[in-house]
Amino acid sequence: MFFQALVLGSFGLFVWFIVDNTITNLEKQNIASGFDFMSTTAGFGIVQSLIDYSEEASYGRAFLVALLNTLLVSALGIFFATIIGFLIGIARLSPNWLLSRLAAVYIETFRNIPLLLQILFWYIAVLSNLPGPRNSLMLWGDAGALNSRGLYLPAPVPQDGAGFVVAALLVAVAIIFGLRHWARRRQLETGQQFPLFRVGCGILISLPLVVLLLTGIPYTAEIPELRGFNYRGGIRLIPELMALVIALAIYTAAFIAEIVRAGIQSVSWGQSEAAMALGLRPGVTLRLIIIPQAMRVIIPPLTSQYLNLTKNSSLAAAMAYPELTSVFAGTVLNQTGQAIEVLGITMAVYLSISLLTSLAMNWYNARNALVER
Amino acid sequence: MPEMHWLNADMNDDTSRPVAGGKNSAQNLRFVREEFLAEEPAPVSTVGISGWMRINLFSSPLNIILTAFSLYLVWLIVPPVIEWAFINAIWEGEDRNACLVDNAGACWAFIDAKFGQIIYGRYTIDERWRVDLVYLIGAGALIPLLFEKMPGRRYLALFLILIYPVFAFVLLTGGNFGLPHVETALWGGLLVTLVVAVVGIVASLPLGILLALGRRSDMPVVRMFCIGFIELWRGVPLITVLFMASVMLPLFLPEGVNFDKLIRVLIGVALFSSAYMAEVVRGGLQAIPRGQYEAAHALGLSYWQSMGFIILPQALRMVIPGIVNTFIGLFKDTTLVLIVGLFDLLGIIQLNFTDPNWSTPQTAATGYAFAGLIFWAFCFGMSRYSIRVENKLNEGTRRA
Repeated sequence: MFFQALVLGSFGLFVWFIVDNTITNLEKQNIASGFDFMSTTAGFGIVQSLIDYSEEASYGRAFLVALLNTLLVSALGIFFATIIGFLIGIARLSPNWLLSRLAAVYIETFRNIPLLLQILFWYIAVLSNLPGPRNSLMLWGDAGALNSRGLYLPAPVPQDGAGFVVAALLVAVAIIFGLRHWARRRQLETGQQFPLFRVGCGILISLPLVVLLLTGIPYTAEIPELRGFNYRGGIRLIPELMALVIALAIYTAAFIAEIVRAGIQSVSWGQSEAAMALGLRPGVTLRLIIIPQAMRVIIPPLTSQYLNLTKNSSLAAAMAYPELTSVFAGTVLNQTGQAIEVLGITMAVYLSISLLTSLAMNWYNARNALVER
Repeated sequence: MPEMHWLNADMNDDTSRPVAGGKNSAQNLRFVREEFLAEEPAPVSTVGISGWMRINLFSSPLNIILTAFSLYLVWLIVPPVIEWAFINAIWEGEDRNACLVDNAGACWAFIDAKFGQIIYGRYTIDERWRVDLVYLIGAGALIPLLFEKMPGRRYLALFLILIYPVFAFVLLTGGNFGLPHVETALWGGLLVTLVVAVVGIVASLPLGILLALGRRSDMPVVRMFCIGFIELWRGVPLITVLFMASVMLPLFLPEGVNFDKLIRVLIGVALFSSAYMAEVVRGGLQAIPRGQYEAAHALGLSYWQSMGFIILPQALRMVIPGIVNTFIGLFKDTTLVLIVGLFDLLGIIQLNFTDPNWSTPQTAATGYAFAGLIFWAFCFGMSRYSIRVENKLNEGTRRA
């Protein structure tokens, strides 16, 4: 009891010491405090933003833009890292010697080289070395262009009737959910199975496609064109975004591959033998016996890799991709000088993302934990 | 037809085993093989190189396709890399003109010209022997430590953890014992990378152990405090911690007290990595069976005695691989210090890209390749070592 009081007391003293010093220092240096700056005009441009933003917008708006950019890059990175990681992880376990060696080389190479080095390599040594706009590498005929200013892709522009296609997509999703409900009930009652996956895929693709054709393809492609010294129109992926996504995906995929390998290996061979003894076919064994058990081992470390990827997206500060850290802890910090508030907000965002994820993870673990009697 | 000897059942006294055609059977005879058959050679399709290839590369149509695909990948990647790094590479030259030839590969001459900076940064040239000495003694103490059977390992480890950092600090900063002072702003290259990594790990071990013990403590205040501390640092990216250390730390300190940038970064790195270390150590503490804690209690050992003599020696031994992995992570993360303006190995190479004397299209790729190679060699070596230790630790529990 005495010891705890001592700890609490000295912690309190420590905090008081810091706060006191900080207040003195801030007054000395004439730095304002408080969060009033969030509503004042930012006055700087942001090269990529998912929502409307101009130099007249407030710091609060800039924060939102930066946060969305962080989420965008994390989502893209997670998407590609998962695909590459699972492919490499499975290749690592392949009975084909050459393929599994190649996967091992991939894993050992990319996870032992610092991520920042990989990001800078892609950004400076590869993407900045691409030819200028006038000598762009053309993709798919002339539809897309890749040059040192970024990747230009044709953008679909919705015309009249595009709403029907979106509606058809939503209807298809609704139908699949209904079908799933019905198929489950029928299987419980009669034992008859329903090929939900194949039928679902069919509906998901065919229904919007039919509507698309019926409405006469209500989209036109806006193809990027070379005007003057640069391309205009279409979708532009800035090189910072590409470098970040490529590096994050490749780096994290090496870790995911190891997680997948460990997960699959954790399911003992006896499980496969038992499934074979029950007369299940290999595909069914994989789908109903091995994958569910492997996923229980894979998911927790996989989530922590996703979290790492999100935190690592902050390395964009090294090349000025406008995400949270570089906009907020970089530009805004320099302009306002309010280090405590700005860094506090930045850290709070990452902290809440990671705490939310670990809460979700705890919930998942509690739900899927092995029930032992 | 192999030889078989027909035997009379009477010759066999062993009646306890029921044998086909035993005593009560009509013939009263049985046959027993006395010699083994000569071994047949294994089928040709499974031996030798061709057999190995048949099993590992061409066992099924899918396998053949995968092999072809892999070969295609190898063909796609390996020849251009070799061509770039060796065949078309430029090894010698005074300045950029050497590397501006047509079809030039890697510009290793750039690395050659900047090698001093890459290793020492802008450390005063006449004083570089001090850095060499620190490297040498560090390596001389560390390498024997990696071998399990080395006599006096314990003393070497104590030397490395207690005496060596002080020695290195005195020698590197100078300013006493007649050594001229070299300010940390001049440090750079591999020196800064190693200093940040080593200080991070040496400082984070004791801090991490204390935090891990605190997190498992019975005292709610201490426990909550440790959980809060650990989760705070683990929840934020290192780069924000470094920003904090370089921008906010000066605000926290009373006026007039100021550390230089390297020290501030080191404080940030140490706090950050101690949180990760705490989680590694906690894993070890949790893996110690309850009986060990109870036995220590039963012997009448106090909390610190039981931790120091019973629990921690076992727990720490168990988590050596985890500690090495944390160290690998930290070593890679040292590159982040370039964002707050320190020039580590990567930072100094990157800085030299702006040198107009060496500006060629291949400079950046060469620099990154070289930095990547160094980092890779360190990290790969460490991960191999951790795997070896892991196997050694599992030896007792592994089945033959």
